[in-house]
Amino acid sequence: MTLAPPPMPPAGAPRSLIDKLFDSHSIVTLEDGQALLWIDRHFVHEGSHHAFARLAATNTAVSRPHLTFGVADHYVPTRGRGCPIADAGIARMVAQLEQNTARHNILLFGLDDPRQGIVHVVGPEQGLTLPGLTIVCGDSHTSTHGAFGALAFGIGASEVAHVLTTQTLWQQRPRRLLVRVDGPLGMGIGAKDIALTIIARLGADGGVGHAIEYAGSTITALSMEGRMTLCNLSIECGARCGMVAPDETTFAYLRGRPFAPDAFDAAVADWRRLPSDPGCVHDRAISLDATEIAPIVTWGVTPEQALPIMARLPDPEAADPAARAQMRAALDYMALRPGQALTDIAIDRVFIGSCTNARIEDLRAAAAVLSGRRSVVPGMVSPGSSLVKQQAEQEGLDRVFIEAGLEWVASGCSMCVGMNGDLLAPGERAASTTNRNFKGRQGPGSRTHLMSPAMVAAAAVTGHLTDVRPLLAGRG
Amino acid sequence: MRPFTRLDAVACALPIVAVDTDQIIPARFMQRPRSEGYAPVLFHDLRTDPAFPLNLRPDAKILVARRNFGSGSSREAAVYALVDYGITCVVAPSFGDIFAANSVNNGLLPAKVTEAEAGALLAVLADGRLMLVVDLATQTIAAGNLRVDFTIDPAWRTKLLNGWDDLDLTRSHSAAIEAFALADARARPWLQPNPRGRSF
Repeated sequence: MTLAPPPMPPAGAPRSLIDKLFDSHSIVTLEDGQALLWIDRHFVHEGSHHAFARLAATNTAVSRPHLTFGVADHYVPTRGRGCPIADAGIARMVAQLEQNTARHNILLFGLDDPRQGIVHVVGPEQGLTLPGLTIVCGDSHTSTHGAFGALAFGIGASEVAHVLTTQTLWQQRPRRLLVRVDGPLGMGIGAKDIALTIIARLGADGGVGHAIEYAGSTITALSMEGRMTLCNLSIECGARCGMVAPDETTFAYLRGRPFAPDAFDAAVADWRRLPSDPGCVHDRAISLDATEIAPIVTWGVTPEQALPIMARLPDPEAADPAARAQMRAALDYMALRPGQALTDIAIDRVFIGSCTNARIEDLRAAAAVLSGRRSVVPGMVSPGSSLVKQQAEQEGLDRVFIEAGLEWVASGCSMCVGMNGDLLAPGERAASTTNRNFKGRQGPGSRTHLMSPAMVAAAAVTGHLTDVRPLLAGRG
Repeated sequence: MRPFTRLDAVACALPIVAVDTDQIIPARFMQRPRSEGYAPVLFHDLRTDPAFPLNLRPDAKILVARRNFGSGSSREAAVYALVDYGITCVVAPSFGDIFAANSVNNGLLPAKVTEAEAGALLAVLADGRLMLVVDLATQTIAAGNLRVDFTIDPAWRTKLLNGWDDLDLTRSHSAAIEAFALADARARPWLQPNPRGRSF
């Protein structure tokens, strides 16, 4: 038995956003369902060194260098910018990206570029990310760019080498999963809470083999920043990509961005044809009521282990025997007790940053809680890009963070993945706006609780996991 | 790439849910050039525990795990670590999509079974069985009297059986690629990155 690919919609039938994107980029389709897709945008970073090494080994040129863009983010230091990088290994990684992009005539947003930042923040900010495109990068959170109505997904090094060489990629059509969220969000609740609620419901592998289309009144009411947070986290339920149909919010965000088209209105006319046709078929669908979404935090070592902040930790003895061992191992690693109230979990450190939650809106949400208050634990704030950093400083948000006792640092992947040396100490527990609470993700022995920027700010102020809502009372 | 047809080898039971790519290879080891080999860093932080299953069956070429194996990051280094160590087949009820694609691109078979079948295979390994026979042509896994069918994307199966590299296939379509690029640039003039962005 083999896994059959999902059927192609018959000619003339109503099509989903996912199918429109897939069909419009299919160069050839083989009998086994594999399609050769044209790739409109490709991003590389320091971690793409394996792919460049492969090109070097076969003396291969990059096929369309003007469609690939380099961004220094995974290894860049967040402190001491402008000084030489102290760690030789990290310095080599950053230099290697500079050499590889220069050799192949690829534009680089490098360490000293004022536009540098995290690739999934920089692409949209520069208008490189547009509706209707295929976008790939050797990073799983490439799903972020789907917020614009693009087919955007992470790929491995072999695929990066394939895209560099041919500007194409072989793909199976994904199954379509419609996630509808309707209704108004409560105060202090944002896209991160929606995403973690979805992941807890679907499971960390619930979306495997699927592309998610997010729809409903709650989604259309989200800003582009919120949509990016939501699509970014699609990979954490196993979906390779997530997307939102482009609309006026999308077009308004993009108009005038540096790499956006001059003939913008003609582009918008094309983009208006992208949303799913009425009556189109999705392979699966789930729906959520936004009024039931509470501030949510992870307690374990996979993003599906998430609960509303008012809850208590589960008891493995009361759980399904199949799930018991996993639950017990997670509680052990996290040094937590069954039945413990989430709000009784004390933290050692906070981190606000990452491609998930370090855009301007995220920093504003955290600052709204921290304003006039002190953090009782140490922590750092790393904006999503150098331009976000500049804007936050113009708005005075940096002062709020610094006066609260947090460190305001430069932009990069930083403590989300720890490759640049920004790490938790073994055993340390963090409230973090990042995307993965895997064992050791933020350093060997580190313990991560994922939550929204507002919730991280609330944890900073109280020193333990806290419901942010009372802290927002009277703060508009 | 070496074709994958049939593997008759020692298997290691890893009865863990969500063995993510950060467990397979912690991020701090990813600066290594491939030429240095990734075997020493496979499951680096887990192998510090002498009771970690792979430490008890260090000659395994097959892993049997619970659901969501290889979830997380796109790091192909996770597959390099497995392959360099000698593991060329992972059996699990579900895989991270990117991990599975990376596996196939490196000749490692991600064999998908049901939860119950994974449980049965884990049970025979726990009972002391050492070897499993994985046959890609028939899509079966045999352990004594136990026989389990597995699933895999048909295109991936063909690639693995033949040891094909995508690039060879793609190059046979180069005329179609060029024609597509030309037609697409005319149909969607807005898709080229605006040169204005470069003159920053």
